[in-house]
Amino acid sequence: MSKVAYYPGCSGQGTSLEYDRSTRAVCAAVGLELVDVPDWSCCGSSPAHTVNHVLSAALSARNLDLAHSLGLDVVATPCPSCLTNLRNAALEMEDEAFRDTVNALLDRPCAGRVDPQSVLQVLVEQVGVDEVARRVTRPLTGLRVACYYGCIMNRPPERMRFDDHENPMAMDRLMEAAGAEVAPFPLKVECCGASFGVPRGDIVARLSGKLLDAARGLGVDAVVTACPLCQMNLDLRQSQINAALREHFRIPVFYYTQLLGLALDVPRSELGLDRLCVDPRLALGKIKAPAPVR
Amino acid sequence: MRIVDLATADQDFIAEVEARSHQNLRTCYQCGNCTAGCPYTFVYDHSVSQVMRLIQLGQRDAVLQCKSIWLCGSCQSCTTRCPNRIDVAKVMDVCRHMAREQGYATEREVKLFADAFLRSVERHGRAFELGLMADYVLHSGRVFTDADLAPKALARRKLPFRPHTVVGRDQIERIFQRFRKGGAHV
Ligand code: SF4
Ligand code: SF4
Repeated sequence: MSKVAYYPGCSGQGTSLEYDRSTRAVCAAVGLELVDVPDWSCCGSSPAHTVNHVLSAALSARNLDLAHSLGLDVVATPCPSCLTNLRNAALEMEDEAFRDTVNALLDRPCAGRVDPQSVLQVLVEQVGVDEVARRVTRPLTGLRVACYYGCIMNRPPERMRFDDHENPMAMDRLMEAAGAEVAPFPLKVECCGASFGVPRGDIVARLSGKLLDAARGLGVDAVVTACPLCQMNLDLRQSQINAALREHFRIPVFYYTQLLGLALDVPRSELGLDRLCVDPRLALGKIKAPAPVR
Repeated sequence: MRIVDLATADQDFIAEVEARSHQNLRTCYQCGNCTAGCPYTFVYDHSVSQVMRLIQLGQRDAVLQCKSIWLCGSCQSCTTRCPNRIDVAKVMDVCRHMAREQGYATEREVKLFADAFLRSVERHGRAFELGLMADYVLHSGRVFTDADLAPKALARRKLPFRPHTVVGRDQIERIFQRFRKGGAHV
């Protein structure tokens, strides 16, 4: 069984609790052991790197050090924003001078190396799509989805080193393994408006509105994401987007782990489907009476 | 419209942006790839390739006082698509750092939101959404920010009432304190 350190990220404790929960349940169901980073703290998210790169790296480095103390090579996070910060810090600290300035801000210098990866990457590379498919007992037959990766999961490629940077397919393949029909989504790496929801909601309305419009054009039942911020912009803010653009979008926005969990027959209570703002029942009703595979 | 005086290139500014971003800005030949892929151009006052050009021309004020550097979403499209492998998003980040340090904030709300977020992290060790929203509303005076979403978020238990405080939160406080001692103001 594969075993990795796990960094949940702050949103997993509030706005995206259902992502954290369903991630844990799916990993358990496919035999991937997650070991929580003890007493992890915030990576600084985007505010930190927009203020200073040393501060941002220091906030991540405390967590890299804690992850390293578990004696595991990989620390996996569900959140692309955490992933970006952890990866940036790990890579930039390969430079000795930079590492020294960062360490000077810490109580305990960051020892050793640990490789930050997305849970998505670990699922695809350590567990494998075929293995996931083999464990699917309730295929999502009849459900048509668009997979949306967000802007930073795979970019820039030299830094993220996973999947394709213009046309990533990891989530598409997992959704296919789960039995869903996946529409080719041309905007899968376009930005949703990131963290501008609060200070500049107009930006999110425009950029996320474009994504919803494209998804609607593909005739999908739902959008599937791997990012708490993307999910929040597209789902919680869908009513604001509708008001701002005089639109009538009603497209549920799932975390890929929620749908994977359904296909793997994870208990519903672990998936938090009731926490989605746009009612997912119509979409879920499209799933043909799930016949147990075996 | 701002007039750009080409006779006054601030060489120190060019050197500082290059040094802090570790990028060779002279290789930018204004192909416009970064701008073509930038989803934020519709709110920018200078497109991202124009910002690159203004840096090359040593136009410190035009760059540090522009809105674009605050509105960049760090989506990495420019960095990914630059044929000269310039980390353009990092350059935008560095310009924002310098603008902050020099007291500019041409997009005040964007700055205030980042400040509120970091105060929350400094205090609790993790971001506490409800607290940081209250902090943001207090500092920005924008009382009705997302008021329409609050019932929805609360009903779905998306906004915990208490922060998840980290045991080692004083360690995080000290990160900020040491950072400030180095002369920075967050
Ligand atoms: S893509 Fe690169 S070379 Fe082209 S304009 Fe932008 S920064 Fe310059
Ligand atoms: S990183 Fe910023 S400047 Fe570059 S494309 Fe994205 S929003 Fe535009």
